[in-house]
Amino acid sequence: MNAAVKPESGSRLLMSGNAALARGVWEAGVRVAASYPGTPATEILEYLATYPDLYSEWSVNEKVALEVAIGASLSGSRAFCAMKHVGMNVASDAFMTQSLIGARGGLVIAVADDVGLSSSQNEQDSRYWGRFAHLPVLEPADSQEAYAMVKYGFDLSERFEVPVILRLTTRVCHVKAMVTVGAREERPVSGFEKNPARMVMAPAGAKGRIPLVFERDAALREYTAAREWNVLEPGRDRRVGFVCSGPVYMHIKEAFPEAPVLKLGLSHPLPLTHVRELAAIVERVVVAEESEPLLEQEIRAAGIPVHGKDILPRCGELSPSVLHPAVTALLAGNPVAPINRYSAPPGHDEVFPRPPTMCVACPHLGPFYALSRLRNVNVAGDIGCYTLGAGQPWDAMDTCISMGASMGVALGMDKGRAPHDAGKSIVGVIGDSTFLHMGMQGLLNIVYNRGNVTVLLLDNRAVGMTGGQDNPGTGRDIHGAPAPRVDYPRLVEALGVEPEHIRVVDPYELPTVYKALREETKYAGPSVIVTNRPCVLIEHYEPRPPYKVEAEVCTGCGNCVEVGCPAIFVTRREQAVKPSGKTVELTFTRIESAVCTGCELCLKTCGPNAIVPAEA
Amino acid sequence: MGNNEITNILVVGIGGQGVMTAAEILAEAAIHEGYDVKKTEVAGMSQRGGVVSSHVRFGSRVFSPQIGPGEAHVLVGFEAAEALRWRGQLRPDGVAMVNTLRLEPPVVSLGLHDYPEDPVAALRATGITVHDFDAGAIARELGDLRLVNTIMLGAIADLLPFPSEVLEARIVERFRARKPHLVEANKRAFAAGRAHGGD
Repeated sequence: MNAAVKPESGSRLLMSGNAALARGVWEAGVRVAASYPGTPATEILEYLATYPDLYSEWSVNEKVALEVAIGASLSGSRAFCAMKHVGMNVASDAFMTQSLIGARGGLVIAVADDVGLSSSQNEQDSRYWGRFAHLPVLEPADSQEAYAMVKYGFDLSERFEVPVILRLTTRVCHVKAMVTVGAREERPVSGFEKNPARMVMAPAGAKGRIPLVFERDAALREYTAAREWNVLEPGRDRRVGFVCSGPVYMHIKEAFPEAPVLKLGLSHPLPLTHVRELAAIVERVVVAEESEPLLEQEIRAAGIPVHGKDILPRCGELSPSVLHPAVTALLAGNPVAPINRYSAPPGHDEVFPRPPTMCVACPHLGPFYALSRLRNVNVAGDIGCYTLGAGQPWDAMDTCISMGASMGVALGMDKGRAPHDAGKSIVGVIGDSTFLHMGMQGLLNIVYNRGNVTVLLLDNRAVGMTGGQDNPGTGRDIHGAPAPRVDYPRLVEALGVEPEHIRVVDPYELPTVYKALREETKYAGPSVIVTNRPCVLIEHYEPRPPYKVEAEVCTGCGNCVEVGCPAIFVTRREQAVKPSGKTVELTFTRIESAVCTGCELCLKTCGPNAIVPAEA
Repeated sequence: MGNNEITNILVVGIGGQGVMTAAEILAEAAIHEGYDVKKTEVAGMSQRGGVVSSHVRFGSRVFSPQIGPGEAHVLVGFEAAEALRWRGQLRPDGVAMVNTLRLEPPVVSLGLHDYPEDPVAALRATGITVHDFDAGAIARELGDLRLVNTIMLGAIADLLPFPSEVLEARIVERFRARKPHLVEANKRAFAAGRAHGGD
């Protein structure tokens, strides 16, 4: 029997929110599920891919994932897609119009907000999408609710023929808690039925559908006012009552166990009647919401006075240690304005920072070492492990904005350059999966508009940062089975890059990488350099015998430290006076042979050949 | 452990050290004893050598998954400077169990920051009860560096509100299912950890 299915109906298990959600999706009889990896949502599809009787895929980006789910829903199948918060920005074009068409087979879109930015480029509040697109929003507070609410979401979707947003945050996705699971329910598939007035959203059709959205809003508002998922816990200590949704509920129960709480599970459309009921029994109401003051504004607009962002921070998580002092001060009559900054726990900053690093023998090390040695260059970067190239010791990336942005930004830097920057080279750095996600169009745009940009396409054959998921460049599908594999040199040639300016280089061959970068940045047109070695974290990677530094031979030049490999450590630093009288800083090193995997990159930076096999 | 209803254990270290696995085993042991359990971590970029912390909370009913400042009963540090970094999460009567391993990140190698001279002494100077030992050396003696995880769990086994056998059984169960040839080595590692631990 399939391992994922094995926990029988009625089993109680420790599950992350993502695992519980996947189980709920499977039990709901979903037939199609699609996603693009992104923290904290990645594992949802990884888990779903282990279940039988449903089709799951890694799509090339979130918009395509949503469109696949839409097509399945219009064919009468229950369909699901998952993404991180910024993925929704990409998917929003399809999303905003699908609201007019609605759902046929139940359609649930899970959007996971990285509150506190553990691994994202911004913090944004996905609850807005429900308001923007006139769609209901479900907000689970823990794993059990994620499991139960997604099942409920499919029923809701079919009942109102509406796509449903399931809004998650990191503290649901990546918290493990106990969940009681059930059995899969097979659903009938009605099949696709032609209905252009509903499904062809040209002006004539859309004008017919938009008024229906307002009617749906009204029906949903009436429905959310019913008690299901929106519960008022009367509490005993009536000095303050809370309005909350999602995992903030858990933090309130921890910090103020006796306080009345209006817990919103189906949080949009907002059931104002419940808020009024709460306000009637407490001395004051605090709206406790992470990120934006969204409920707070709607409640205030309805004429109900509340506290919210006047005492609680606008950014980061509302853990009990944030909530408790803020509300206690309010109750004492001394409310304190919140600190709208991200702060580390007490004492953290007294110890050196430990930012993420590139891995030992990472194939990105060579290209960034080479880039760091190139003069007069601006580097438009992108999103992935290689964003670390903006840090030390490389300092070789100047921008990072959104998936694929390196291409457009590089062209804009070229076209908008200052007269005194005429001699500068513009490089765009992008990873393989990011290129396929949203970079290809940008490269086509560089070619079409005759840009002077060198693209460094770092092909490590994995979506590295999220854990090495597959994509159309890896030759494997979501199950690890063989799949058609994109050929990057042919692809970029088809986009119009001249064949003589497309190079494939081994990123461990430093002189070759450097030479290719030097030559292509001198060429005044579009060029592409593709690196061709895989991520060291994927299971097919085979380490080679390690190296060590011969201390007697090392001259202290420090070049190898500049590679940025975490296996290279400094043993001592000293100053020396050269015969010319010049004082130089010397840096002597050692290699931790226990973790070195023999990539030989640092050897190429070592003039005196002090780096030798550890086992001579 | 006191009379507090909820037990808070914070496991800290560096991406790749097995922090999350150790926390998972602790959670499994607590479930086995019939507790409500929550476990959380911030794991987004942890496999890139960054800071990892995993929170395990158990009791009759656990709401928030996060251990706040001054709330941890036990701090399990897989690396010395990381134990020092997270000291503020410990209760005044809490216990820090520290592996004396020093892992210098590239920012230290590059000369941009300094590694504390003696993180364990600095930790002890705050008045916290600290047990420290070289778990790596014990693991090497037992023949496998990967045993550090089990040694650290053994070291805190007598600080938990349930018998150490419960925790040991979860470790054995895990290895029996996945790597049966490592069961005996892990039993020895657990015992060695207990010998260095606190109670």
